[in-house]
Formats: sequence, structure tokens, C-alpha cells
Amino acid sequence: MTGSSIGIEIEGVTHGYTPRSGKPTVALDNISLSIRPNEFHALLGPSGCGKSTLLFLIGGFQKIQQGRIRTARGDVTAPGPDRGIVFQNFALFPWKTVIENVRYGLEKKGLKGSEAEARAKHYIDLVHLTGFERSYPAQLSGGMQQRAAIARTLAIDPDILLMDEPFGALDAQTRRIMQEELLAIWRRTSKTVVFVTHDVAEAVFLADTISVMSARPGRIKRLVQAEFNRSDDPHIHKSPAFADMVEQVWDMVRDEVDQARMQGH
Amino acid sequence: MATLLRYTPLLIVALLWELISRSGLVSQQMLPAFSDVLRTLVELAQSGDLLSNAVASLGRALLGFGLAVVLGGALGAAMALIPFVYRGIDPIVQIFYPLPKSALIPLVLVWFGLGDKSKMFLVFLGCLQPMILATFNGLRGVDTILGWSARSLGASRLEVVREVLFPAALPQLMTGLRTALAFMFLLMVSSELVIATNGLGYLIGSFGDQGSYREMFATILVVTGLGFAADRAFLAWSGHLLRWRP
Ligand SMILES: Nc1ncnc2c1ncn2[C@@H]1O[C@H](COP(=O)(O)OP(=O)(O)OP(=O)(O)O)[C@@H](O)[C@H]1O
Ligand SMILES: [Mg+2]
Repeated sequence: MTGSSIGIEIEGVTHGYTPRSGKPTVALDNISLSIRPNEFHALLGPSGCGKSTLLFLIGGFQKIQQGRIRTARGDVTAPGPDRGIVFQNFALFPWKTVIENVRYGLEKKGLKGSEAEARAKHYIDLVHLTGFERSYPAQLSGGMQQRAAIARTLAIDPDILLMDEPFGALDAQTRRIMQEELLAIWRRTSKTVVFVTHDVAEAVFLADTISVMSARPGRIKRLVQAEFNRSDDPHIHKSPAFADMVEQVWDMVRDEVDQARMQGH
Repeated sequence: MATLLRYTPLLIVALLWELISRSGLVSQQMLPAFSDVLRTLVELAQSGDLLSNAVASLGRALLGFGLAVVLGGALGAAMALIPFVYRGIDPIVQIFYPLPKSALIPLVLVWFGLGDKSKMFLVFLGCLQPMILATFNGLRGVDTILGWSARSLGASRLEVVREVLFPAALPQLMTGLRTALAFMFLLMVSSELVIATNGLGYLIGSFGDQGSYREMFATILVVTGLGFAADRAFLAWSGHLLRWRP
């Protein structure tokens, strides 16, 4: 059985977009990446470098044009509930209330009635949305919608968690709480996480490994081992080692951001 | 109170109507006084003529409307979801788009004669287009990511169509239904003006021919009232269905 030995195996993935108007783009250029099972992997890179595209490919939403992506369940060919995703723009069902959104995936798993209700409530509580179960997404702030989307994905307890800037719309304080909550869940349930972020400190705080991506075409420029997430020191982000690491990763990112800016991003 | 305030302009129009007619500025024939029209309306209603003709009109119209909703919805959905259906049907829909359906009244008379079928068919034709377009555009406009979301939560492709695409397209579908409802009234009356032996449109036409202008105005008021009530009721229903919208 290969089941336990691979998390996500990405081999030579190249992906381009050919829009009906405008020029074709190479979003990802020959990406190879080995993510261990239960690894917390952060993708860090300038805007437009293909982070979302890579998540879409792992999620099975877009056809792989070149290369191969495998998980413990075999080649990725279609979406499935083994790979939960939190989209950058949340993608809540606007005609469903918060709790109906969270229940949707649970009902697909066969959970019904009070069991689904209790589980949905648990995850809504986890993202601090208790009291808003019956609100429609349009009645929530961006940050609240984002947390509802996180609850909906966490509730189905996927083996692989794909998160596209999941805390982007949150204020600093809520963000810290959510980061700690996510780490706690990850430690408890042993998931493989791919986490996209722009925030260097967030990547260093959360990840085992950080992929620093280059500006278009998207490539993986550096892999950095962080592993502060294994620490049980609540003030780890104030330690000198942490600050050094953030500084070091910042330097790598800065070059790429400058390059991206010169390309007109 | 707020509703009363909202419809004050209507009261003013009725008042002006009454004044202009009473002042003798225009002949009573061209514009019978509003109060006289109302009195005639009550008489007509009591005689039972209005009801029987309204039932005849609405019966036919609703059948044509219902048929258009079912078939138009199915065609629009097929066009949105199956590429070759789109390629096959879209040119036909496009060609007929600018054609006013009332232009077909004489032709339909030849095809179906004076009976119920001709009016049903015209209403059906008029309502078909808005239903096809609303369903097609509604389904096409749904954010792809919503479908992806459902798939990654465990939905099958078919479930995505039923549980995501249709609910997400509902605002557009409701707009299409409302347009179709307006077309239904339009074609119901205009077809009966030309080809009918009963119905509200027929009443308007024959009162006009006989020179019974009060009765004609009274029937026009009835048609307007029916159309307005139907639209209001529809909006209330639609507002309830779409209560999730901001
Ligand atoms: N549907 C699409 N059609 C055409 N081009 C696309 C499409 N989606 C993405 N691209 C292009 O592919 C490149 C990568 O896009 P992607 O969304 O993956 O970047 P990203 O790293 O997630 O950016 P951000 O941090 O701003 O979210 C961009 O240059 C973008 O212009
Ligand atoms: Mg992105």
C-alpha cells in the first residue's frame, strides 16, 4: 500500500491559460513538489504567480495539462471530499444560511437530522460564528463569510485541506485566533494542509515547509523548513529564531515581488 | 399608509381623467368620465359577462404560459448545459428574437382557426423566448467556483446542476418568468382583438365596434387591474423565494 507514504506528489506540472481575448499565460512552469502526509505546507509568492492555479489542480477542478498529481488515493482526476478546499473568494452558497452551508457537505456524507445539526454547530462555534447560524452570507462581513467557508470545509474532515488565503479578510486579532485554531485541528486530526498566503509571518508560524514561488511563470524557487508549528511555546512568534526566519524568508520573497512588479502586477 | 402614499399619483391621474372628461374639453365618447366607467364596470361584473370572458381568456393564456415555461425552461437549460444543443438552437432563437410575436397573428389564424388553440399558441410563442433566454443566461452566469465548491463537498455532477446551478440562477429565472407573465397578458389581449369569439380582448374589440365606449374602458380597466395584480402577487412570491439576496 502506498497510502501512508505520500501526501501530495506533484510531478512536472505545467499549466497555461488561453483566454478568448488577451494573451495566453503560462501560470505554472514545470512544478514538482513532494508534500509528506500530515505536512503543513505553505505556498508563498507574489500575486499572479499561480498559487490558486496549483490548488485548483490539486483539487481536481481543472484538467491537468501536463505532468501528474497524486495523493494517497491515486491520480487526481476529479474533485472529491477527500480534498477539502477553502476558496479565496469563499464560494459560499448565497441562498443557504450559514448552517445550511455547513450542513451541505455533511449531508453528502450521509449525516442526517440532529447529528448533522450538532456537527455543523460545533464547527460554526469553532470559527466563532455562533449566533449567526441562520444568517445568509450576504448579511455577513467578508471576514465572517470567510470563517463560514472554513467551517464548511473543516466539517467534512478531509484528509487534505487546501486553503487559499483563508485568513486574508480577517483582522489581526481574529487572524491569530484562527491560526491557532487551525494548528490545533491539524495537530489533532493529522491532515495534509496546503496553505496559500501572502503573509510571510503567517507562513513561518503555521508551516512545516514553505514553498517560495517565483513571479510568472510560476516556479518553486526555494523550499524552507520552518517547523515552529511543532512548538508548544505560546509566544513563539516573539522569539528571535522566529524573527530571523521571517527576515530570511522575506528576503527571498522580496526579489520575487520586485520582479512581479516590473512585469506590471 | 405608505402604500396609500405610493399610489397617490394614480389617484391624481383618475382625478384628472374625471375632470378632463367632465369639463367637455374632449367628447364623452373619446373619454367617458372615470366615475361612469366605474359604474359600468360594476354593472358588467354583475351581469356575469366579465367573469365568463375573463375565465375564457385566462384559461387559454395560462395554458400557453405554462407550456412555454416548461418547454422554454427545458430548452434554455439544455442550451446552457449541452454544447451541441446550444449550437443547434441558438441561431433559431437569435433570428426570432427581434420579431414581434403579434405580427404572427394572421398566420396563426390560418394555421389554427378561430378556436382556443390559436390564442394559446400565440401566448406560448410570446412567453417562450423570455423563458429560454432567462434560463440559459441564468445557468450560464453561475460562478464556476460555486459548482467546484459543491463537488469538493461530495456532490455529483447531476447534484451540482440541481442543487447549485438552478438555485444560483433563480434570480434570473424569476426575472424571465415576470417578463413572460407580462407577455402573456399582452398577447392574450392582442390576439383576442383579432381572432376570437370570446375573452376580454374580444370584449374590448366588440364594445369598441358597437360604440359602447364606457363598456370598452371598463374592460380595459379590468385587464389592467388583472395584469397589475398578477405582477404584484408574482413580485411578493419572488421576494420570498429570493429573501437571501442582499
Ligand atoms: N481563468 C483564467 N483565465 C486566464 N488567465 C488566468 C485565469 N486564471 C488565472 N489566470 C492567470 O494565471 C496566472 C496565475 O493566476 P492565479 O490566480 O493562480 O495566481 P495567484 O498566485 O493565486 O494570485 P493571487 O495571489 O493574486 O491570488 C495569472 O497571471 C492570471 O492572470
Ligand atoms: Mg489566488
